[in-house]
Amino acid sequence: MAGMGGSPSGGRTGHREAGMSDAPSLMRLELVSQPELLAPVRAMLTSLSERLGFDEVETGHLALAVDEALANVIRHGYDGATDGRIWISARVVDEPTRRLQIEIEDQGRQIDPAMIRPRDLDDVRPGGLGVHLMREVTDSCEFERRTPAGMRLVLEKSIPTSRSPGRRDNKAGTPENGTP
Amino acid sequence: MTSGNEMQIDVDRRDDLVVASPVGEIDLARSPSLRSRLGELLGEKPPRLIIDLSKVPYMDSSGVATLVEALQVSRSKNSTLVLAGMQDRVRSVFEIARLDTVFTIVADTATAIRDGS
Repeated sequence: MAGMGGSPSGGRTGHREAGMSDAPSLMRLELVSQPELLAPVRAMLTSLSERLGFDEVETGHLALAVDEALANVIRHGYDGATDGRIWISARVVDEPTRRLQIEIEDQGRQIDPAMIRPRDLDDVRPGGLGVHLMREVTDSCEFERRTPAGMRLVLEKSIPTSRSPGRRDNKAGTPENGTP
Repeated sequence: MTSGNEMQIDVDRRDDLVVASPVGEIDLARSPSLRSRLGELLGEKPPRLIIDLSKVPYMDSSGVATLVEALQVSRSKNSTLVLAGMQDRVRSVFEIARLDTVFTIVADTATAIRDGS
């Protein structure tokens, strides 16, 4: 899974995409668009987030956000095809505030970012909740078209200056082995 | 990779109710398996279907969508669907999606059975 071979970002030695930082990546992954890989990616993100100082709640939120992002790529970007490529990179950005930035790129179907909106939650029906969840549990969630193909999503979440173990509410998204 | 997608779902049938207990994380890989099994169970038109989520530590929007669909199917069949034993992390997803007031959610399966929820 490791490596960025074939990623049009090419390790970010070329031009800088809007909103992206110069900070070096802490982690880069290349994976194929198989739902079975969501669980190991969540586990990896959970471990990284914990090491960076996110509390249990925020760690769970990050795992949920990335899970939803990857699921969207698999379902909509690649229409369920299991041989599409997805790249994930994570970096810490210090300015203007310290935050974890996670970039998810694919080579799937492009869509106008303006069309990617959370749906009306009063309309109770299956599906369409992923974007809403991603926006709710992160500080920033920005989609853009990649060149020449696919989409790029940049998720950001502020890294806490100190742990806040007292927060026990809103615990979405921690993998099954993460239960304390 | 094809293994690991089948969701373990324990089923307990009692008088007028069915208790379905999925085990493990529910995500895009496993929600089709859950959807299929719940569809089968609802096809039996049980007066009450209790879904015991006490062994589900994680659920993403695909799992939530599966349960929303099951709720809609249950209503069409005049079955009562109850979610029981929801862990905090899973409940949080329902709260963020504002679905915690749409479903009947009780503390545990025993409560659901006792109260006839």
